[in-house]
Amino acid sequence: MDLITPDFGLFFWMLVTFMLVFIILKKFAWKPIVQALREREDNIRDGLENAEEAKNELANVKIKSDKIISGAKIERDQLIKQGREIKEQITTEARKEAEEEAKKIVEAAKKLIEEEKVAAINQIKVQIASLSVEIAEKILRKKLSDDSVQKELMNSLLDEFKLN
Amino acid sequence: MKLSLNLFRALLFVLGPALFAGQQSDAAGNQDSYDISPAPFQLDVEIDLAVDKVPFEPGDFIFDHIGDAYDWHLFDIDGKHYSVPLPVIVYTREKGLNIFLSSKFDHGQATYRGFRIALAGPNEGKIVVATGDDLSDPYATRPIDLSITKNVFGMFFAAFIMLAIFLTIGKSYRRDPLNPPKGIQSLFEPLIIFVIDDIVKPAIGGNKHERFLPYLLTLFFFIWINNMLGLIPIFPMGANVTGNISVTLGLALTSFLAINLSGNKHYWQHIFNTPHVPVFLKLPIPIMPIIELVGVFTKPFVLAIRLFANITAGHIITMGFFTLIFIFGQVSPAFGYGGSVLAVGFGIFITFLELLVALIQAYVFTLLTSLFIGAAVEDGH
Repeated sequence: MDLITPDFGLFFWMLVTFMLVFIILKKFAWKPIVQALREREDNIRDGLENAEEAKNELANVKIKSDKIISGAKIERDQLIKQGREIKEQITTEARKEAEEEAKKIVEAAKKLIEEEKVAAINQIKVQIASLSVEIAEKILRKKLSDDSVQKELMNSLLDEFKLN
Repeated sequence: MKLSLNLFRALLFVLGPALFAGQQSDAAGNQDSYDISPAPFQLDVEIDLAVDKVPFEPGDFIFDHIGDAYDWHLFDIDGKHYSVPLPVIVYTREKGLNIFLSSKFDHGQATYRGFRIALAGPNEGKIVVATGDDLSDPYATRPIDLSITKNVFGMFFAAFIMLAIFLTIGKSYRRDPLNPPKGIQSLFEPLIIFVIDDIVKPAIGGNKHERFLPYLLTLFFFIWINNMLGLIPIFPMGANVTGNISVTLGLALTSFLAINLSGNKHYWQHIFNTPHVPVFLKLPIPIMPIIELVGVFTKPFVLAIRLFANITAGHIITMGFFTLIFIFGQVSPAFGYGGSVLAVGFGIFITFLELLVALIQAYVFTLLTSLFIGAAVEDGH
């Protein structure tokens, strides 16, 4: 019977003990514990979120840097290509110019040569003329030393005039 | 055998099963070689002359252990009871308030200040107002009895342990909430988180659970620690606190108050005017309200009975196995030896089971209280 008959004294002390333990622990244990656990939970959650964010940011940065690098590569290739083209152009132009210059020089030379030739020929002509006159003089002097020959020449010359 | 069998039961629970075999061989051999050194708790000695003639009563032995008492019986040696006296606090209108140690009763043999322990009748084992010189008046009246009994003392000890543990933990949480738990903190933190996340949060929806956390955590650890301490058969532990109906009824009362004081409009409407129930069940005879109202009281009452029955049953089974040793020993010492191996084996097994039951019962009590609170604070559906 004792086993299932509640005893007032024990019941009373049980309630007193439990209430005291409850009130003390509520103030000095459960509140700080629950708060600390929640704080820690939040802290961990924030930490994980931040890590996730940082990871995403890192991925973004990587994509960006990849983009920049590939852009730079394309630019480099373009620059090289352009440089090659410019070089080609310059050489072609230079060659053309040189050819033209050479042509001009050759032409000028040809012209000069022609002029020189003409001048030489003219000089030669003049020289030949004077030489012929001298020769003719000398011949004439020799031939005109005789009177008869003079007369004959006179005659022939007179004849020619008459004919004219 | 002059050496009482009580010696064995005392040693068994004071020193533990491991020492048992050795003590028994002493007893079987020369009894004079047994040295009775004065025990530190030897506050009261009584010579029980009848002890050798009385056969071992396993029923009395077991119920002695699981019941409450005014003094804390430690062990008997040679017919002498060694026990720790506890304060008796009794009040009657005529005699006023009386506070004295239970040793004054001389284990029920003496009357003190007009009080004595009833030896028979409905108040057997309790303090009653003495009527004349008749020690066996079965109908003597009870005074208001607020004595610090064995269970009260055991409960105080458990409360002290709880305060020591959780105030220490609370301090370290307060000091640095973000620090990882250390020492005893890391032992209890998983349990606290278990109670919060796996018992209270799912049972009480929304953000309403936080209000009830202090109560439910106290409830869980009060039950669990008392259960655990009840399994340790060394003073000041080993009192059958949570296996006592008064204690479990007290716990149920707190649960009842927590449920019904937090009940909202929907909760009370559900009790007195249950929705989706035909009107003829409510008027003219309010069958449904009566059933619901009875349910309000039976819910916590069942909690009390469940905890009481589980813990008491565990203690009875454990004790039952150990009494087997003495029952066998009465047949012949050799039989007692053989039986002890079996009994200790079973005893260890049951004790491990009880460790599990201690936690499960704390869990169930807390879970069901949480569920009832959850139903009481639930918004209408």
